[in-house]
Amino acid sequence: MASASAWMRSVTPPQGRSVATTESAAVRWLLVAVAVGFLLLFLLAPLVAVFAEAFSAGLGAFLAALVDPDALSAVCLTLLVAGIAVPLNTIFGIAAAWAIAKFNFFGKNLLVTLIDLPLAVSPVISGLIYVLLFGRSGYLGPWLAAHDIKILFAAPGIVLATMFITFPFVARELIPLMQAQGTDDEEAARGLGATGWQTFLRVTLPNIKWGVLYGIVLCNARAMGEFGAVSVVSGHIRGETNTMPLHVEILYNEYNTAAAFAVASLLAVLALVTLVLKTVLEWKSARAHARPDIATAEEVRV
Amino acid sequence: MKSRLQRRSVLPGFGLTMGFTLMYLSLIVLIPLSGLVLKSATMTWPAFWSTITEDRVLASLRLSFGGALIAATVNAVFGFVVAWVLVRYRFPGRRLVDALIDLPFALPTAVSGIALTAVYAPTGWLGRPLAALGIQAAYTPLGVVIAMTFVGLPFVVRTLQPALEDLDVEIEEAAASLGAGRFQAFVRVLLPALLPSLLTGFALAFSRAVGEYGSVIFIAGTTKTEIAPLVIVTKLEQYDYAGATAVALVMLVASFGLLFGINLLQRWSRRQHA
Repeated sequence: MASASAWMRSVTPPQGRSVATTESAAVRWLLVAVAVGFLLLFLLAPLVAVFAEAFSAGLGAFLAALVDPDALSAVCLTLLVAGIAVPLNTIFGIAAAWAIAKFNFFGKNLLVTLIDLPLAVSPVISGLIYVLLFGRSGYLGPWLAAHDIKILFAAPGIVLATMFITFPFVARELIPLMQAQGTDDEEAARGLGATGWQTFLRVTLPNIKWGVLYGIVLCNARAMGEFGAVSVVSGHIRGETNTMPLHVEILYNEYNTAAAFAVASLLAVLALVTLVLKTVLEWKSARAHARPDIATAEEVRV
Repeated sequence: MKSRLQRRSVLPGFGLTMGFTLMYLSLIVLIPLSGLVLKSATMTWPAFWSTITEDRVLASLRLSFGGALIAATVNAVFGFVVAWVLVRYRFPGRRLVDALIDLPFALPTAVSGIALTAVYAPTGWLGRPLAALGIQAAYTPLGVVIAMTFVGLPFVVRTLQPALEDLDVEIEEAAASLGAGRFQAFVRVLLPALLPSLLTGFALAFSRAVGEYGSVIFIAGTTKTEIAPLVIVTKLEQYDYAGATAVALVMLVASFGLLFGINLLQRWSRRQHA
């Protein structure tokens, strides 16, 4: 109880706020309790449940579920899909941000909205559009069948659906960042005789590196974890077209709960690593933008 | 040599990056999406109408949109409290709580789905006390709302946080010096200033919840609690491509309407903060 009251006293307003612009201690404590309680119930309980269920049948069953050949092939496919989708979307994100942030052109707002489009589409619909395109009765289906090319219910379809879902992630991070940085540094580099590539590699890239990494981390988390879109295009062929989330679903629907949660716990670890990296990168980029030498450069420019 | 549409610039690479951007955007997003529109254009109006007014489809649309509305409202209330507490107060564990907010983004939806089911099932940690109160959460519409709330939470918190940080303490001091109590200052001064961000977060959470599939289907069960994305999947599995497309088109139009509304809201909130 002593620690609880100590915790109550530790709920304080940030420094520099007068009594008139903050709430009484009781209100502050109540609001913090509501917020933390809500998050414990809604966010933390499911996360803890994943690990509790994963080990519910013992460590042996946990390990057995992970070294199962179907589980291993799901891990490999997930890595392959992310290994293709993330680099391509990163290149796209950098190119799109360069064109949008460094130049003025007609229709820029429309282009930014179109880039965000996949975020507004239900994952199931993202899968459906590729079925309509490549399916047996789809627009390209007969041609693909005639040439013996398999896209749907095979790895290429899964990669395409994942690329659609994770399409905006890097671009979204970089466009506002590069817009805020302006074009002065690049123009100075060009004025000093740098080529376009030199300008990009030596001036732009160091300025946006934390933003790029941030985008990659988010893109990768979604690419490895995507379920709805991938489930529509995969065909659920065990050991062949199952990614990790799909393997989790199959095990769960077979009432093999402990094994399902064992594979799910790997994905939960991925999520936790993502959260840690995200926090570190936010901290790094905040520091990079608050660097004193940049401030002086800003003053010199004025 | 320079395009008429482009401002004169000493920087190179506009043609290359713009060309690549447009090509990639067309190949991955625009052409596949227009395939959906083309496919639905081949349907006759009566066929389209009879598909989307099937009892089962209507019930699923009602559950998806209604559930999303409730979930976004819950998130608007609790997300506001969470954002407020994170920005305005200092308490032990604040940074940890702040990092945890993004869990629904980072956790794969299938994992959230089975985890929420385990927690809220009648034998689960929270399902058992709820069952003792006579409330069944999992495998009912309530479970659907719980999962939709889970996925939508970060949107409200993350849109409100910067808006709260940007609020000038002087307007609150002015309100206090003019004799407003804390509650009065909150309702008359703070809430109007935060309203655009709150609505944006609400709309983002709603839009995510409407289309959500992975986290919802496990806790929804199968029988009476079918969400619209599940109807699309079921129709696809029965090779009813036209039916799946019709339901998808209804959802797509709603999503784009929401996207348009969110863009307007964001423009409004930027103007408020400018």
